[in-house]
Amino acid sequence: MQPIVSIADLCKTYSSGHQALKNISLDIQPGEILALLGPNGAGKTTLISTICGIVTPTSGTVTVDNHDIINDYRHTRQLIGLVPQELTLGAFEKVRNSLRFSRGLHGCAPDDDYIDQVLKDLSLWDKRDSMLMMLSGGMKRRVLIGKALSHQPTVLFLDEPTAGVDVELRKDMWRLVSKLRESGVTIILTTHYIEEAEEIADRVGVINNGELLLVEEKTELMQKLGRKQLTIELRKPITTIPESLDSYNLQLSDSGNNLIFHYDTRQDRTGITALMQAINHAGLALKDLHTSQSSLEDIFVDLVRADP
Amino acid sequence: MNWHAIRVIYKFEMLRTWNTLLQSIASPVISTSLYFVVFGAAIGSRIETVEGVPYGSFIVPGLLMLSLLTQSISNASFGIYFPKFTGTIYEILSAPLSFFEIVLGFVGAAATKSLIIGAIILATAGLFVELEIAHPFWMLTFLLLTCITFSLFGFIIGIWADNFEKLQLIPLLVITPLVFLGGSFYSISMLPPFWQKITLFNPVLYLISGFRWSFFEVADVSITLSISMILLFLAICLWIVWWMFKTGYKIRQ
Repeated sequence: MQPIVSIADLCKTYSSGHQALKNISLDIQPGEILALLGPNGAGKTTLISTICGIVTPTSGTVTVDNHDIINDYRHTRQLIGLVPQELTLGAFEKVRNSLRFSRGLHGCAPDDDYIDQVLKDLSLWDKRDSMLMMLSGGMKRRVLIGKALSHQPTVLFLDEPTAGVDVELRKDMWRLVSKLRESGVTIILTTHYIEEAEEIADRVGVINNGELLLVEEKTELMQKLGRKQLTIELRKPITTIPESLDSYNLQLSDSGNNLIFHYDTRQDRTGITALMQAINHAGLALKDLHTSQSSLEDIFVDLVRADP
Repeated sequence: MNWHAIRVIYKFEMLRTWNTLLQSIASPVISTSLYFVVFGAAIGSRIETVEGVPYGSFIVPGLLMLSLLTQSISNASFGIYFPKFTGTIYEILSAPLSFFEIVLGFVGAAATKSLIIGAIILATAGLFVELEIAHPFWMLTFLLLTCITFSLFGFIIGIWADNFEKLQLIPLLVITPLVFLGGSFYSISMLPPFWQKITLFNPVLYLISGFRWSFFEVADVSITLSISMILLFLAICLWIVWWMFKTGYKIRQ
């Protein structure tokens, strides 16, 4: 399938000398939700801003719908909607006019029916004639999303869409993102909230120090990089781990009832079979077993720590 | 051309004027009326005519230019600076818009506002002095060219400025003195020869002179030179704006 966004060897060095993006290459497929994770200053916003035309790239190419973002900027920007990280809104305009303005900027003829529908979908209908400065932070965030959707974009960039919003609104946003995806919109979001990526993304990209460390299907990523933990519940508590089990690096819980074993799902041999046999030889009786998988957050922290 | 974008930018900027009607229109009208009272009535009563034109009427083109220049600059500079200040400029930069379309929206609105103010001031002047316009076509041409050129200049200042102080710096420290020293209230023939020569380096002199000629057929420099100078300044401003957008100077990182 032809990617909707294709980035090749993208670099950005600011006039201060700071290299914000280092040879980023990435293809984004139509209709997918890609979450870009990374610590502050990793280059997430620079990447998004470059694709949207706010930042000029130093080198490399970006195409949207197979059109170059610089040579064919009219076509590419028409397809893109952007929700910025900051609550950058005017003060005295009314909500509905603000959406009309954004629609016009993208070269679309006025369509009040569509604008009104967006306002209703975002629970902004009651606030349509309110001045922007009178809105709460959460409402402003919704307005920014409404503005980004006002010209019916094909690709939507959400830069930290749920930063600083309450849990309820965050879940509303997730529902909205799912609904947009169902309508065929490609969504690229940056977030600090790992649970957000875990909840809604199809693929996850991890960016740090301007480098794209990896891009993987979320489930594959968790399978590939996820460490699993096997908890072995013993029938009787023990005070020390038998010497014969030393090679397995087991941990004993405080109660003495549980042995904890970490293993890597990427390995062909996880060591579980051998461990079970060793426990049997050591004369320990088992009561129960259960496994748990490391979260995306654990994976993210591991990756960023490993990156020098 | 993205006409929808030009329309919404223009409409948005004009709406700002109506929302701040007192500040946008009443303020320049009041200050100009005060000039008429002070210069026209108080000082004018002691100077009968300048180059055969009653002093009260003589200063009308200069006063109009003073308002047009300052209003054009402040309207356009604020128009583009404010989105930069609030961060909403991201919307303009990420929209499918060429530099020319952005300029057309912002500068078009700023020039329109200045034209409206110019018309109101002219009407106000009619209440104080008798006015006859010898060359209405040229008067309108000068009016229009001045509004567009100085709105472009204001647009450049708005992009260049990175704080409110800088926004006020050029209009206060450069434009106002140049207008006052450019023959707004006198003919340069009233100056000693040395200062006449110095005044020829003041670009605003050419605007005021040409504009005054369109009213009274009285000019300090030739009308061709006046038109040439304003067209030259217009071309320079357009080139600077084009360069600013091309290089992203203080707009695009």
